[in-house]
Amino acid sequence: MNNKTIAIIAVIIIAIAGIGIYAYSASNSPDKSKIRIATTTSLEDTGLLKEVEAAYEKKYPGVDVQIVSGGTGIAIQYGERGDVDLLLVHDKAREEKFIKDGFGTNRTQFAYNYFWIVGPQNDPAGIKGLNATAAFKKIMEEGQINSAQVKFVSRGDDSGTHSREKKIWNSTGANYTNIKNSSSWYIESGKGMGDTLILANEKNAYTITDSGTFLAFSKDSKIQLVPLITTGKDLLNIYTAIPVNPQKYGKTNVEGAQSFVDFLMSPEGQQIVGNYGKEKYGQSLFTPIVSNPVPA
Amino acid sequence: MSEIIGAIQQAIYLILTLDPEVIEITIKSLYISLSATIMASLIAVPLGGIIYYHDFFGKRSLINLIQTLYSLPTVIVGLLIFLLISQSGPFGSFHLLFTPTGMIIGQTVLILPIIMGFTITALTGVSGQIKELAISLGANTTQTIYTIIKEAKYAIMGTVILGFGRAISEVGVAMMIGGNIRGFTRVFTTTISLETSKGNLELSLALGMILLAIALIINLMLNFVQGKE
Repeated sequence: MNNKTIAIIAVIIIAIAGIGIYAYSASNSPDKSKIRIATTTSLEDTGLLKEVEAAYEKKYPGVDVQIVSGGTGIAIQYGERGDVDLLLVHDKAREEKFIKDGFGTNRTQFAYNYFWIVGPQNDPAGIKGLNATAAFKKIMEEGQINSAQVKFVSRGDDSGTHSREKKIWNSTGANYTNIKNSSSWYIESGKGMGDTLILANEKNAYTITDSGTFLAFSKDSKIQLVPLITTGKDLLNIYTAIPVNPQKYGKTNVEGAQSFVDFLMSPEGQQIVGNYGKEKYGQSLFTPIVSNPVPA
Repeated sequence: MSEIIGAIQQAIYLILTLDPEVIEITIKSLYISLSATIMASLIAVPLGGIIYYHDFFGKRSLINLIQTLYSLPTVIVGLLIFLLISQSGPFGSFHLLFTPTGMIIGQTVLILPIIMGFTITALTGVSGQIKELAISLGANTTQTIYTIIKEAKYAIMGTVILGFGRAISEVGVAMMIGGNIRGFTRVFTTTISLETSKGNLELSLALGMILLAIALIINLMLNFVQGKE
C-alpha cells in the first residue's frame, strides 16, 4: 500500500466517523422534533398514513414523523418497550390491556371501516348473505369435506385482522387451536394483509381482510377475489390512536404524540381520512369517526 | 414474462429520470452498507491477521466458530441487536433503534465473522516462507502481519467485497433495526419487501435490478484499481 492509498482510506474513515458522530449526537439530543409512530400494515399499505403525515409535516415544519409499520402485535410490542411515541392500531382487546398494564395513556378512536370476508367469485362454500360467524362455520364444514375447492387463508401473524379472525372462529363454537392444526383447508400465510390477499387469490381461497387494503388491491386488478360479506357488527373495524405512557419511559415525546392525535381528530385531519381513496377507488376507504359515530 | 419486461422498462425509467426516492434509497443503502463494511474490515482484517499469525490452544475451534457464524441468519442478528438497543434494553439510552447508525452496527456484526474467517483463509494461502522471511529480516509481529496481509491483498479485497455484498443485500437487520422509515431508514431491500407486499411486483423487480447494477459498478471499480497496481 502506498501513501496515497493510505491517505484516501484515512479520509474515508474520518468522513464516516464524522457522519456517525453527527448522527449519534443528533439522535441523542432530547427530541421534540421527532414523532415515532408504530402502525398496522393496513394504514400504511393503503397509503392513508403517508397523506396524513405529509399534511401534518406541512402544518408543523421541523417535526419529522417517522412511521414503522407491522401487524398490531409487533406495534404493541414496540410500544411496550418504549421504542415509539404513538400507536395507531385496531384491536380493542389488546389496546385495553395495553392501557391497563400502564403502557399507554388513552385510546382515541379516529376512524373505522369494516372487515370483509372475501373469496372466489363462484363462492364454493355458499356463504353469501350469511353473517360472519355462520359464514366461517360454513367454510369450515365445506372445507373439511372438500379441501380442494374450499380453502381459507389466515394471516396468522397476531395482527389486528388475525385477532378478529380468531374471535370469529371462537364464536362459531369451534376451537381455534384445532382449526389451526387439523386441516388442509386452513392455510396460514404468516404475512401482512397484502401478501395474504395475493396468496388467497392464488389459492382461490376465502380470507378476511380490512376493506381498505382489499379495495386498494382489487382496484389495480392485482386480485380477482370478490367481497362476499361486508357488513355486520362483528366485522366493524375501529382504528385508534394511543400515546405511549411517558411515566413508563421518560424519553417519550408525549407532546408530539398528543399533537398528532389532535391533528387526526381535527376537522382537517378527519377530512383527509374521510376523503382518502374517493378519487382513486370511487369510495372512501375509511370513515372519519367525529362526524360519523360508530353504528351501534 | 410481461412483468419482467415491465420491470426492465421501469428500472431504466427510474434511473434515467433520477427518481428522487430511488436516489435517496440508493445513497442511504450505500452509506449504511459501506460504513458497515469499512468498520467490519477495520476490525476483522487485523484480528484475522493476529489469529493467523499466532498459534494458541483452541485456535482450530475458534476458526470453526467463526466459520459457523457465516450462517448466522440476518433476522437473528436483527433480533439480538434490537433487544440490546431497544429503549428497555441495556443500550436503550443511546436511541439507536430505528436509525441508520443502528443499522450500521447490525450489519457490522453480521459481516464481521465473514470478513475475519475469509481473511484467515486468504492469509493461509500466502506462502509460509514470507512470514519467515519477514521475521528473519528483523520485522516485529505487527510488521510481519502487515507484510502478510499486503501479500494477500487481492484475496482480502475479494473478502471485503463479499462482506459488502452480504451487507447491502440483507433484509433482516435492515427491517428489524431500521424499521423501514420512509426517507430515513428505508433501503433497497426493505423497499423491495414493502413494495412486494403491496403487490407492486414490477417496481420491486426494478429496484432489485438497480441494486445489482450498483454492485456491478462497485466490482468494476475495484477491478480497475487492482489492474492499476
